[in-house]
Amino acid sequence: MSPSRPPRSFTAQRTEIAASGAAAATAATLEQRPGADVLKGRAFKAALLLGLALALGGLVWLIVDALIEGGGRLSLGLIFDEGSANPEKAGLWSALLGSIYLIVGVIALVVPLGVGAAIYLEEYANKERWWNRLIELNIQNLAGVPSIVYGILGLAFIVRGPLDLGFILFAGSMTLALLVLPTVIIAAREAIRAVPSSIREGSLALGATRWQTVRRQILPASIPGIVTGVILAVSRAIGETAPLLLVGATVFVTFEPSFFDDKGYTALPVQIFQWVQRPQDEFRVLAAAGIIVLLGLLLAMNSFAIWLRNRYEQRW
Amino acid sequence: MPSRLEAPSARYGEKAISGLLALCAILSVAITTAIVISLLSPTIDFFQDVSITDFLFGTDFTPLFNPPSFGVVPIVVGTLSVTFWGLLTAIPIGLGAAIYLSEYASRRVRRIVKPTLEVLAGVPTVAFGFFALATITPVLQDIWPGFLGDGPRIFNVLAAGLAMGIMIVPIIASISEDAMSAVPHGLREGAYALGATKMRVALRVVVPAALSGIVASFVLAASRAIGETMIVLIAAGNTPNLTLNPTESIQAMTAFIGTTATGDVATGTVEYNTIFAVGSLLFVMTLVMNMISIRLVRKYREVYE
Amino acid sequence: MTDELRRREQDPGHDGVVDPVAREGVPIHIEGRATDASKTQARRAQEVVFDVRGVTVSYAGVPAVRDIAFDVRAREITALIGPSGCGKSTMIRCLNRMNDLIPGATVEGEILYNGENLYGPRVDPVQVRKLIGMVFQKPNPFPKSIYDNIAFGPRVIGMKGDMDGVVERALKRAALWEEVKDRLKENAYRLSGGQQQRLCIARCLAVEPDVILMDEPCSALDPIATARIEDLMLELKDRYSIVIVTHNMQQAARVSDMTAVLMPEVRDGDQTIGHIVEYADTGKIFTNPDNKRTEEYVTGRVG
Repeated sequence: MSPSRPPRSFTAQRTEIAASGAAAATAATLEQRPGADVLKGRAFKAALLLGLALALGGLVWLIVDALIEGGGRLSLGLIFDEGSANPEKAGLWSALLGSIYLIVGVIALVVPLGVGAAIYLEEYANKERWWNRLIELNIQNLAGVPSIVYGILGLAFIVRGPLDLGFILFAGSMTLALLVLPTVIIAAREAIRAVPSSIREGSLALGATRWQTVRRQILPASIPGIVTGVILAVSRAIGETAPLLLVGATVFVTFEPSFFDDKGYTALPVQIFQWVQRPQDEFRVLAAAGIIVLLGLLLAMNSFAIWLRNRYEQRW
Repeated sequence: MPSRLEAPSARYGEKAISGLLALCAILSVAITTAIVISLLSPTIDFFQDVSITDFLFGTDFTPLFNPPSFGVVPIVVGTLSVTFWGLLTAIPIGLGAAIYLSEYASRRVRRIVKPTLEVLAGVPTVAFGFFALATITPVLQDIWPGFLGDGPRIFNVLAAGLAMGIMIVPIIASISEDAMSAVPHGLREGAYALGATKMRVALRVVVPAALSGIVASFVLAASRAIGETMIVLIAAGNTPNLTLNPTESIQAMTAFIGTTATGDVATGTVEYNTIFAVGSLLFVMTLVMNMISIRLVRKYREVYE
Repeated sequence: MTDELRRREQDPGHDGVVDPVAREGVPIHIEGRATDASKTQARRAQEVVFDVRGVTVSYAGVPAVRDIAFDVRAREITALIGPSGCGKSTMIRCLNRMNDLIPGATVEGEILYNGENLYGPRVDPVQVRKLIGMVFQKPNPFPKSIYDNIAFGPRVIGMKGDMDGVVERALKRAALWEEVKDRLKENAYRLSGGQQQRLCIARCLAVEPDVILMDEPCSALDPIATARIEDLMLELKDRYSIVIVTHNMQQAARVSDMTAVLMPEVRDGDQTIGHIVEYADTGKIFTNPDNKRTEEYVTGRVG
């Protein structure tokens, strides 16, 4: 390959793809055997459909399996009983409360920081400058970091290290908040970007300052999208187990949690994890039931987010 | 007389707000820095005690034994094994689903199936782990043909890999489908006009045109699988074991971190620092893969949008 | 010329606007018009609102318009005309510093507003925009009620007092009050295109500017709505100075007092740079232009 040739333009690439496609089509037409072609076509389509069926089917099998295993164990007692070593009496109450408290902490942290960062990046930052592009790249990368690495971050920085908060529930909130912050920023940016620039121009042309424009025009118009993004991020946080294990969510808690006590706390997925690890059949059933509860919670949150978006979405 | 064009006041409020907002954005950079530091410092300490070659190429991973051994190859191979089986499952299924949705499905089917796939992708990984242990493993054990040797143990790579595969199918399906939809219709229509069948158009025109996006989806799915903890922690086992046999149990990198960090290891010791060394390795692996994937996605977006 | 045209247009026999430069190649001839010289003398007595001198606007170093010079006088309508893409919008957006919003846009030269340098170091663009308002090509009402659309401007600039009165006055001056007075709480998007544009004009008037800039205000509207807005412009002329950009030269001929003609020069391949080929009394531009390119443009031979 000669190094002095200029890089291929995109038009050239597209032309090349189109040309090779045309060549393939012509070759095929010339060697056409209609009967075989139709059969091949049908077999191909069937294979694809099988793929789709398996994609959906695998997940459906998981859910149905959990329902079968744990359905019998579902009861109000399951929700409201505290954890216990005795599988007959064990319930999810401490875990549920723990999850709720954790989520409240996450929302309190992630909404101002995430929306603030999104507003800055969309409305204030000069997109040409290199440091702003670095921030963008950074956020995209953070969204792909494994969740357990966030656990390590929490352990080294928040629970011990500089912040040294100990194994308290709020440290868990902070860790989860860091985990979902990139998602919230990305979702909020999309919502803000969806507001057409003609609205911004109209507002600024009247003599409004940038913040007035953001506060009175852009934010109100993008709130449905932002709220949807926050709910989806939060629903991811609810299902996370690994980072919580590292920052102190212990597995055997029989009392109600609090944000700043270091008596210990647990969360719904962590409790399920503990039950999964027990060999006895009763605990397996409990784990399945816990999974049903968790999935039900997630389904409710996602449906709410989708409903919200459909109801309040602004069509420009 | 003061000019009417000057600001009536210094607008400190505006400046304060823009500063505050910039702070929020900078926080994201601060997080990355914090991750790197929190991993880097104990990792450096670790490599005072253990040589890099021993770490990266040693095949004995027993950091908590006496005498300890820190060769990380068993747990890396463990992670990659599970990832391999996961991709082997997910790529044909995901790509098949994507091609169907992009080239064959009616708009109504797409509108229903695509969001469903994405919602199903939100299933928590602890559920996948449970599924692998409680359902997949017994099924595998039941149907395992005798000529392949012993069936899978209670904890085994294959079950975890299959569950992992189901989990990452939506990633491959969704991103590949996006990439294929971005291919302009003109390219398809040209081929149809020449008499090509749907299958040929899909395989010879659309897939090559969307290739960078499709490969990006594979890379992203692999990265996700490598970084995933609960499935391997629950179903693949917790003892390092250097093997390619999927019926055996292994320990993945993430499982090692999860177990050791919640165990009774004294802080500051080399055993404790192993957590951070393995964590750094994990971080670097997924970072590289994510950056490759972002590049590839950008590439197909530029060409077609 | 404009007075004469208006008298002709109000002939009830016509359902719309009479087009004076209707046929290609035929310049209009109006009788009884004041001569150029006396009009120019009368004009010199009027105050200059904008004095644009030698302005060159570049985006990321590439010039879009160069050496622009013209005046805008108080309570007159000044039109910028020219073919698409020659930089008329770029130029008008300098007058209220909207080009500041585009990163990489630079303005060289001088623009004086009532004698003050619009781009002076202590000038605050937010203040500038309160005094110099703008109406855009595509009507852009806010996703709020009609009332809140109008009230937004006064609220953010801190006007106190009777907001209802302000809203009513603005809507009346924009000739929209009668049509919406019973539905002020309705969403502004339910109005027709022409009504939305008048709403945008009312919104602009509510902050009591000195100048109204209009960037092709009628190009997204049907002819009837266009006619109403042109009538509105002629009414607003009593209180406000108006600068209008239009690619519809008949419109410029109908409403404006002074016209500046921008034409593109071709540089390096596809790059064009706009500059003013002629700036004069509208009547002169359309009947007896000095510059050959102007003549070709207004008679439709080029365009």
